[in-house]
Amino acid sequence: MGKLERIAAQQDRAAGRGPSRRSFLLTAAGSAFLFGFARQGKAAQVYPQDAPATLKEATAFEPTIWCSIAPDGWVNVNIIRAEMGQHIGTALARIIADEMEADWNKVRITYVDTDPKWGLMVTGGSWSVWMTWDQFRQAGAAARTVMVEQGAKLLGVSPAACIARNGRVLAGSRSISYGDIVSRAHPTRTYTPDEMARLPLKPASERRLIGKDVKALDIPSKTNGTAIYGIDAKLDGMVYARPKLPPTRYGSKVVSVDDSEAKKVKGYIRHIVLEDPSDTVPGWVAVLASSYPAAIRATDALKVVWTPGKTANVTEHDILDYGRRQIANKTGGSRVFNDPGVDEAFAKATRVVEQTYTCSSVLHYQLEPVNALARQHDGKWEVHCGNQWQTLFLPVIAKALQVPETEVVMRSYLLGGGFGRRLNGDYAVPAALISKALGGKPVKLIFTRSDDALFDSIRSPSVQTVRAALGQDGAITAWQHHASAGWPTRVMASAFMEKGDDGKPYDQFAIAGADHWYDVGPMLVRALDNELAGETFRPGWLRSVSSGWTPWAHESFLDEIAHARKLDPVEYRLSLLDSKGRNAGSAPNSVGGASRQANVLKHLVEKCGYGKVSLPADTAIGIATTFGQERAMPTWTAGAVQVHVDRKTGVVTCQKIWLVLDAGTIIDPDGAAAQTEGGALWGLSMALFEGTEIVDGNVRDRNLNTYTPLRIADVPEMDVEFLPSTEKPMGLGEPGVTTIAPAVGNAIFNAVGVRLRHLPIRPADVLKALKEKGNA
Amino acid sequence: MVKFKLNGRDVSVDVPDDTPLLWALRDDLDLTGTKFGCGVGQCGACTVLVGGRATRSCITPLSSLEGADVTTIEGLDPNGKHAVQEAWKDIQVPQCGYCQSGQIMQAVSLLKDYPDPTDEEIDGVMGGSLCRCMTYVRIRKAIKKAAAALRKEEASNG
Repeated sequence: MGKLERIAAQQDRAAGRGPSRRSFLLTAAGSAFLFGFARQGKAAQVYPQDAPATLKEATAFEPTIWCSIAPDGWVNVNIIRAEMGQHIGTALARIIADEMEADWNKVRITYVDTDPKWGLMVTGGSWSVWMTWDQFRQAGAAARTVMVEQGAKLLGVSPAACIARNGRVLAGSRSISYGDIVSRAHPTRTYTPDEMARLPLKPASERRLIGKDVKALDIPSKTNGTAIYGIDAKLDGMVYARPKLPPTRYGSKVVSVDDSEAKKVKGYIRHIVLEDPSDTVPGWVAVLASSYPAAIRATDALKVVWTPGKTANVTEHDILDYGRRQIANKTGGSRVFNDPGVDEAFAKATRVVEQTYTCSSVLHYQLEPVNALARQHDGKWEVHCGNQWQTLFLPVIAKALQVPETEVVMRSYLLGGGFGRRLNGDYAVPAALISKALGGKPVKLIFTRSDDALFDSIRSPSVQTVRAALGQDGAITAWQHHASAGWPTRVMASAFMEKGDDGKPYDQFAIAGADHWYDVGPMLVRALDNELAGETFRPGWLRSVSSGWTPWAHESFLDEIAHARKLDPVEYRLSLLDSKGRNAGSAPNSVGGASRQANVLKHLVEKCGYGKVSLPADTAIGIATTFGQERAMPTWTAGAVQVHVDRKTGVVTCQKIWLVLDAGTIIDPDGAAAQTEGGALWGLSMALFEGTEIVDGNVRDRNLNTYTPLRIADVPEMDVEFLPSTEKPMGLGEPGVTTIAPAVGNAIFNAVGVRLRHLPIRPADVLKALKEKGNA
Repeated sequence: MVKFKLNGRDVSVDVPDDTPLLWALRDDLDLTGTKFGCGVGQCGACTVLVGGRATRSCITPLSSLEGADVTTIEGLDPNGKHAVQEAWKDIQVPQCGYCQSGQIMQAVSLLKDYPDPTDEEIDGVMGGSLCRCMTYVRIRKAIKKAAAALRKEEASNG
């Protein structure tokens, strides 16, 4: 059982549900269409927008819950993933339509609301395609099998004499469309999961949609103002709310509220001190008004006195120091890799080298501030919002409302950026609580940008120390990687943490990446939960999670060792990617193992001219390589970055980025490229442009006046390439991020000979390093 | 009561005069294509055209709009087929799409001033429009494509 299936099973047990809900039995025909249209306004979650608004559901053939075929030939595909820019519905529908041999021009996708029948609803970890691949091919095969059987009957031939193509069943020169088959034969055949798994799937050579160019179905709506995001949801009679945030994330208590000034704001209705049984939003006061501008002003005018929680004076420095102390302490934490022989190798080492790398706090700054619209309607609590992990927060919302989970439904909307922020559905809880205080009346809670930043579950600051034991010949004989950061999974989903070699739970999303595929002798990889971080803020999952920062340590460190040994950093890496032992890989996810990582690296080096091209002064290329997000789902990635360093100002300019990836089968080539481009620029932004720090228990930067993510003028030339493969598809939402920061650091070293070990790299840091080097 | 022209039609809005245009559009006039991002005029998600010029609606009070001509993403073209929108679809610019109404309105304004923009001109004008999905490479490409289409249109009209 894979990690996600385990999470799903745990959630089922926690919710008292049996496993049967994920079976592929027939559900009421067209039941998907009962969802999603209760909202007022446009039903924007169906694409393409010019598809028939509703299929003829009563007569549609629905062999599985995932797809149906209507008598008019239109195929509907139900998408349980959040749409936040990946065009995931298009990619997933291509998988099912390819296997089904559907006519792509008659395929529509429906982004569904929550329902227990969907099983685990999570959109993160770059998992969507990877985790849906088998399921959707099987669902497509089931539909195709029935179409061929029934089509053959109608054509009066045997199924063996038929083939399916482009929404039709063909027998020689005669053919019949899927729509006609449904309307004439009324098929009702259904499949058990076991039967589904036994259905023969098409070989890669027979794929007609997968890997081919496609126009994403959601894009037109995103160019004409008709796309509907959570913040656009409206219900008659709703009031607006804004939070008055307490001075600390946890532990603040409201002492008194004075709304005498707020009352002077036209439109102010009232304030509510929230009582939250789920303890998601302790110490909150909500301000209600008849319009959002009035809510903004009234909140500013409302005077609240709190006793703050104990983290009111915590700083970023305190958190990083806490992490340094954890690493210095040999005990504590969880051992992810704990190979025998590490201590002996370090004791016998000719030399031990060690470096420490740090990263600042990072805001999600997803452009749509978090928001939610809640009401009680027809005996259910509805929460309308964009969200990435509905099955995680439905129980939390239910607990806050003190109702059974079956009485809560989340209605799905487009997300104005996810990047992991909306995996944490904490923002939905106060909306539900306010509505409850109003007797179930609809209330729309919107965070201003500064509210959003203050309440963000940021990427925790991190400290990492990497040590290598070197033998007489300078070769690495053993390896240690210690990483301390706030653990999002411990805070929000502790039951789903992995267990280390020592049996202690750890947050896989705060260490993944350090468990790399290099052969460096026995390894100790130790994950440490920075409790001070977790007490001060709610650590978040942010695009690439730890794989966005663990390579900053080990890919910089390997470069440092190579340079110290006067070896070429690329040759050195290749010598360590030997595919031996646990790095040999295994089917279906990592066939070929480290040899595929070596392959992308070789390809990248040929392409970028590293070591061959002659560049101007203070300009150089740096290289890094990773396996994307996680060992269990490796997206083999190699990145090169060309930078110029201005010695006078310390400004680092990124001139070009090259990326070569082997992600297995690519479903939607343009979407894959877009995700990788965006990921790489996130990597560059976190390397050179953006970062904040904790001051007095909160993030210092709360808007664009001081928070400075990458903008268009900072964008380098980019060259992204995917190596052809027919292996199982891996994820692509995040891997683009992972190599960029260490490649930038390595390029700066190659350009001007200084080594930076803190992210983001600011001009002042570069100047300081240059000055120190000059003085040395 | 403020009266102005919105997407070619006369409208009047009965909300406090200091209400930002953004919220009047979204909540009173039911045009949600214009987005709330930063609230301080620095992300560009709320960009509309006022008198044909790109304007940040989140910091534009209604009182300043008496008699003005306002165009939002919904009114840019009756069929959503302005050259900039067409280029945006062809190049598949949007990811999450949240900033793209503002990007498109800003690009329309840019192309009035620079019918054949260089990278530097694009960077200079589009620098105020944040795209958190980082679709910038495609924004540049689409602007050039739209510019070429508009120049061709201009030539055939002229």
